[in-house]
Amino acid sequence: MIKRILIIAILILIVVIFLPFVKNIVLKDSLNSLSSDYIETTSKDLKAANIVTGVVVTFRGLDTLGEVTVLFIATAGVGFLLRRKHEKSGKVKKRPASEILSTGASFLFPLVIFFGVYIFLHGHLTPGGGFQGGVIIASAFLLLLLSNIHFQFNHNILHWVESLSGAIYVLLGLLGLILLGSFLDPRFLPLGTLGKLLSAGAIPLIYSFIGLKVGSELSNILDSLRGAEE
Amino acid sequence: MRYTLILGFVLFIIGLWGMLTRKNLFKIVIGFSIIDTGIHLIIVTIGYLKGKTAPILDKMVTPGNAVQKVVDPIPSALVLTAIVIGLAVTALMLSYIVRLYKHKRSLSIEDYRELKW
Repeated sequence: MIKRILIIAILILIVVIFLPFVKNIVLKDSLNSLSSDYIETTSKDLKAANIVTGVVVTFRGLDTLGEVTVLFIATAGVGFLLRRKHEKSGKVKKRPASEILSTGASFLFPLVIFFGVYIFLHGHLTPGGGFQGGVIIASAFLLLLLSNIHFQFNHNILHWVESLSGAIYVLLGLLGLILLGSFLDPRFLPLGTLGKLLSAGAIPLIYSFIGLKVGSELSNILDSLRGAEE
Repeated sequence: MRYTLILGFVLFIIGLWGMLTRKNLFKIVIGFSIIDTGIHLIIVTIGYLKGKTAPILDKMVTPGNAVQKVVDPIPSALVLTAIVIGLAVTALMLSYIVRLYKHKRSLSIEDYRELKW
């Protein structure tokens, strides 16, 4: 009873604290100087059509590096917590997937992979990018895991893709530092014309490696979570 | 815009309520995810400017007039970061739950005295 009253009190307290914020918020009608500077630099100096990508990959590239690191540490943590026990395997009987699921999965799997690749290659032109593309690729592997009970990830390939793409991402960042003087500066490659696939310097390259890394990391998490039930 | 903000806060409060009252560990994680979504909505809403469009250049939004036509791109970029980190934290919490379940064969938080408040 006391617990319930406490919970209600906490919720009411939060409502009271944030109510003025919701009530008195002022609708802005112009950008602040930092945002307008980002927009101008992204469209003129970087030639990236998607300004959010410019901010994420270039101006806040260190944030993105931290993000990739957080994801990597989470993957490592999941893998550590859910270690496979070999002696127990084969105890749980799994029902094979239905005809519809297995047929649909084998038809859709390459399409979903293509869609993921499309999303991370066009991260500088359309809403999308490395993380989103990577998640879509991992969802394709989830489909495969659901439809085929005997499917096994090739761990060697998975680990190599993950490590290499991470290393190349950092190397591209360092290349910007060495050639142009700032970490993750993508302008060491030709900028191209705005709105074309080959534009925005190294941003598509950087996002592709982020996409590969995120895709392989999340597939790894899926694999660990599946291994845990055995 | 104000409605989106209110929706974000409502989601935040629903998620917190779920985290505090539910006993099932999975439901607590779902509560956390709802809080997460609410916060993302709030951050995106803060960057919104009335009558402006998404920060992506096309035929209408050219490099020349982009500053007058688009919303603030920084909150969107921050939400992108927040989503990824929320995903990582959720995955980690779920694997903790699997681990705890293996240990005690129970999903109720009442059985984990050291986690009870």
